[in-house]
Amino acid sequence: MKIHEYQAKQILKKYGIPIQDGVVIDSIDDIASAIEEVSREFSATQYVIKAQVHAGGRGKGGGVKFSPSKEKAIENAKAILGMTLVTPQTSAEGQKVRKIMVAEAIDIAKEFYVAITLDRAVSKNVVMVSTEGGMEIEEVAAHSPEKIIRTWIEPGFGLQGFQARHLAYSLGFEGDALKQAIKLLMNLYKCYEEMDASIVEVNPLVLTAQGNVLALDGKFNFDSNALYRHPDVVEMRDVHEEDPTEVEASKFNLNYIKLDGNVGCMVNGAGLAMATMDIIQLKGGEPANFLDVGGGANVETVKNGFRIILSDHNVKAVLINIFGGIVRCDRVANGIIQAVKELELNVPVVVRLEGTNADIAKKLLNESGVAIIGADSIADAAEKVVAAAKEGK
Amino acid sequence: MSILINKDSKIIVQGITGNEGSFHAGQCLEYGNNVVGGVTPGKGGQTALDGAVPVFNTCHEARKAVGANVSLIFVPPAFAADAIMEAAEAGIELIVCITEGIPVNDMVKAYAFVKNTKSRLIGPNCPGLLTPGEAKVGIMPGFIAKKGRVGVISKSGTLTYEAVHQLVKQGLGQSTCVGIGGDPIIGTKMIDLLDLFEADPETDAIIMIGEIGGSMEIEAAHHVKAHIKKPVIGFIAGETAPPGRRMGHAGAIVSGADESAAAKKKIMAACGIHVVDSPADIGATVKANLK
Repeated sequence: MKIHEYQAKQILKKYGIPIQDGVVIDSIDDIASAIEEVSREFSATQYVIKAQVHAGGRGKGGGVKFSPSKEKAIENAKAILGMTLVTPQTSAEGQKVRKIMVAEAIDIAKEFYVAITLDRAVSKNVVMVSTEGGMEIEEVAAHSPEKIIRTWIEPGFGLQGFQARHLAYSLGFEGDALKQAIKLLMNLYKCYEEMDASIVEVNPLVLTAQGNVLALDGKFNFDSNALYRHPDVVEMRDVHEEDPTEVEASKFNLNYIKLDGNVGCMVNGAGLAMATMDIIQLKGGEPANFLDVGGGANVETVKNGFRIILSDHNVKAVLINIFGGIVRCDRVANGIIQAVKELELNVPVVVRLEGTNADIAKKLLNESGVAIIGADSIADAAEKVVAAAKEGK
Repeated sequence: MSILINKDSKIIVQGITGNEGSFHAGQCLEYGNNVVGGVTPGKGGQTALDGAVPVFNTCHEARKAVGANVSLIFVPPAFAADAIMEAAEAGIELIVCITEGIPVNDMVKAYAFVKNTKSRLIGPNCPGLLTPGEAKVGIMPGFIAKKGRVGVISKSGTLTYEAVHQLVKQGLGQSTCVGIGGDPIIGTKMIDLLDLFEADPETDAIIMIGEIGGSMEIEAAHHVKAHIKKPVIGFIAGETAPPGRRMGHAGAIVSGADESAAAKKKIMAACGIHVVDSPADIGATVKANLK
């Protein structure tokens, strides 16, 4: 689960990490008072207006604007709040800006990159820093990997002092700023672990002209498996930032991701679901979605699955591919028959059921009288659904 | 022969009195007749599976009383990492964790804990293992498999069933099928199982089923090139999956590797693995490459 910059900064602040501070507003009526508050609380005379959307690359899309005066800040706030922001990380349609942060402007001497995440290759958390802050860090990783310094954390021990010193010295900090950087890294790791984050990224971490070290931005991603331990984080969820159909699907415990094709699919298990999408493409079609119905493919799941798939009007045919292990295919078949009848579907449905009680299931489907195209294998099913989608155009 | 489990395995089930635990423990008992007990704290002294097996409070007690060497875990996610460590501490040789949804930080600790013991962990979030005709430790449907000489390693559940189904249609059985799980942290990676299958005199070929994300398949591919003589057939699901709509960049720069299906397949092919493009051709490709 992701959160906004202003929420990330609230968390960082709680862990004693200095941040670029500011005030968040969702209505332009509040801009004057927000500027007053930022001026008063943080002794700011210059400001930065920052769009609050989850996607990165906000600056490139015009969502972050330095404002040397109050007048300029108001002008920029009016332009950004409510705009549709398109960045390299949003969809082509962009993301509507519903909130902005009116932040104090910081006089930056140097920028750095800091991130903490899991290194799957060694099953340990890793802290990564770079002097190339504020830049395209993926470019840095690709072209000058030696500029990213990593230290791995021994499970149960946390970030040790010598590790934080190593990182801070590697970034070239000295004097009081070195002490600040070490403390910041220690606190950031503590925050990462205690909050069950899957990623914490501060890009950039800055050294100010006045010699202070602070987080200019903050990004968190949280481990969804651990959210039960963090009700405060769950409250930070902003569904406006998510695809509405995916939000709807998650209510029914369905794992759905919309794609651009016209062949809908409903499958049990993520691996088989991806393999089904792959074979649809190999047979000349384009998958319209990823949908994993999980272990419980009953009448309700199948009905909800259909509703979600068909809310995408590009869908011209649907493939159901279920390999019943624990799931009994005859139950799935009954679910499909009932769902097709109740929902009065007007697109062709290809069904391939294999595994437990598949024979009974095929018989049920054949005798039901509903318009379903049966298939015997994953290849047969893909061919039939691609053909059906082409006819449906 | 087989790897990791056989008819002599002595299996206990942690969480045997729960809904899922008792259902699947019953299925495993029916399949191999080698489930010897269960563990549920607070229910020690009772019996489970209609009186067929004793229940203990701790893995220690179970190990001592019935000599268990395999533990199958169905404990809820919040307590599963603890259950894994308990089994390892009790000296259970093979720990198979089916539980889905364990917090990553819990697994970071449990993984390090198990590594310091002699135990091997399979999973979590996996379908477990099946040695056809001998033993089932997990939730794979036993009836779809057939005894034979192909080893199966897979990140996915139902896609494993698909592969096994295709093998059987080609007249090929399996020595052992292992679902290793798709979580960020898993106890046993593809490399470990490749070595076990290579050393198993009754395995002639190995299927390796991966997915987009992570770099495990790439490490495994290089390992195949250097150490594995038996034919390896590989499939990577997710050619059409959209690149993760992620926010930070940290995930992508950790490994520095391209984790797309296409990139993985390319490296696998270059390492001598018989890469299957269509998931419908897994069985036929194995048959064609059996020496």
